Amino acid sequence: MTGNPKISLQSLSVRYGRKSVLRNISFAVPANSIFAIIGPANSGKTTLLKCLNRTIEIIAGSHVDGQICIDGLNIHAGGDVYSLRRRIGMVFPLPVGLPMSVFDNVAYAPRMAGVRDKELLGHIVEDCLTKAALWDEVKDRLDSLGSMLSGGQQQRLTIARALSHDPEILCLDEFSIAIDPVTTMRIEDMLVELKERMTIILVTNLVQQARRLSDRTCFLNKGELVQEGPTEEMFGDSNANRLTYDYVRGVFG
Amino acid sequence: MASTATSSLTVPAGSARAAHRLAGVRGVWWRRFWLLREWAMVGLIKLCGISSILFVTAIFLFILCEGLPFLRMGHGIHEFFATSDWYPTSQNPTFGILSLMVGTGAVTILAMLFAVPFGLATAVLISEFCSRRVRETLKIVVELLAAVPSVVWGFIGLKMLGPVIVRFTGADTGVNALNAGLIVGLMSVPIVVSIGEDALRAVPDTFREAAEALGATRWQMVRKVLFPAARSGLLAAALLGVGRAIGETMAVLMCTGQSIAMPIDGAFPYLHPLSSVGTMTATIASELGEVEAGGLHYRALFLLGSVLFLMTFIVNLTADLIVRGIRGKK
Repeated sequence: MTGNPKISLQSLSVRYGRKSVLRNISFAVPANSIFAIIGPANSGKTTLLKCLNRTIEIIAGSHVDGQICIDGLNIHAGGDVYSLRRRIGMVFPLPVGLPMSVFDNVAYAPRMAGVRDKELLGHIVEDCLTKAALWDEVKDRLDSLGSMLSGGQQQRLTIARALSHDPEILCLDEFSIAIDPVTTMRIEDMLVELKERMTIILVTNLVQQARRLSDRTCFLNKGELVQEGPTEEMFGDSNANRLTYDYVRGVFG
Repeated sequence: MASTATSSLTVPAGSARAAHRLAGVRGVWWRRFWLLREWAMVGLIKLCGISSILFVTAIFLFILCEGLPFLRMGHGIHEFFATSDWYPTSQNPTFGILSLMVGTGAVTILAMLFAVPFGLATAVLISEFCSRRVRETLKIVVELLAAVPSVVWGFIGLKMLGPVIVRFTGADTGVNALNAGLIVGLMSVPIVVSIGEDALRAVPDTFREAAEALGATRWQMVRKVLFPAARSGLLAAALLGVGRAIGETMAVLMCTGQSIAMPIDGAFPYLHPLSSVGTMTATIASELGEVEAGGLHYRALFLLGSVLFLMTFIVNLTADLIVRGIRGKK
């Protein structure tokens, strides 16, 4: 790995009450790359993402140990949590169309960041919707309620919204669950383009998706980091780690 | 065993099958008794369930039957609804309920101006800004507020709030629409809080997460995401508060001054909160004890009661339909 990592985790542990969800996770994500997190259900993938933008603190009883650094700075030290969250775009597995119009859904974050200029807002909205492969479908009904779109459209709306504040880091949590394969491919192409401008973390259940897109992959199982490395090695035939080898070939999980 | 198997083919109901099995041991009379008892229990439960509907219908029919003959006693619909002179005991009695409706309306509006912002703010505090322990404590305290008897509220309004109003506004009397509005508002707060909090809790957490992940502060999230998402539930909360305020009697009777004139100040052509008013509920409560059964005044009060019943019924039904709509969507 060359240069300083964009994100680095040092012995991160998370528990909800007494239940331990993540144990002693350490890895580094290089800037301008796609980093895939794979693993079976309940292995703590989503929790890991929530630690990054500190939305985990909303959950009562959660407790985080260890350090997360972005650009070498600890996210828990200094700086307010809102400006941290504005640097990170987050896409959840199930679509969440906020109860406002399509336009307002995407313009929500820029407005909070203080963008008032109508023309600029319109430009941002069009740009983000285009990137999320949704513009052609909704350009004639930007005023209709975001929650009235179909599930797949709402999911792409969520992606557009996550891009709207021009984040440095984009986290996608199993974004393709509700989208058809063709649209998934379009968004995957878009992700590869976006890599030039931001660091992308991709949580996915689709092992092949991780293989197609990512530069590095890490494999979580039951809250522990099994293996982390360049994607070709993780998926290669010479992988010495039995658990990873079996998982990426669909032997278990 | 064989007879059980065959009978279950012909009599699929569980209870009947059990009865068949029993019949083998205890004889046919026992089986008949058993079925009869089953039938009687089901009937009793159904009766209890239906009786509440029967009671509501019967009450409404009763007050309507007692009230409607008023319209055939020389005082028409127009006088009743469209004039404001309520002089039931004068030599030429007149029965215009307009001023009473305006009085009820004035008290209700003042109460809601107070209860809706206050109650909804409390609901937001309880559902969004509290730790779990503080939340449970606050909910208990708010529910205690609902347990204060209305005559105690009336006493507070009469003896404590009244003098305060006189001192701060220089009004002639402390018992007026403002006093009753504040007291009824306080009485309505618990219901607004509890329904409003339910509505906010019903908004899925994914909405909160999505908004906060975009960098929204708690208040930005509440204003832009929670309020629109819980809009209809919050409306229902306000409406149920209105229903409570319209129907409140004892506290209103003690706090309004019960003067039956339009609450319109001479100097200003609008409702004045510092004038004494009479409401529909308080009028019925204070006058019904002294009227001759079946007389003109008696009939008028029952017709007034029917109008009141219809008003609260419509308000509560609307709120209920809204709440049900939300539950259906989930």
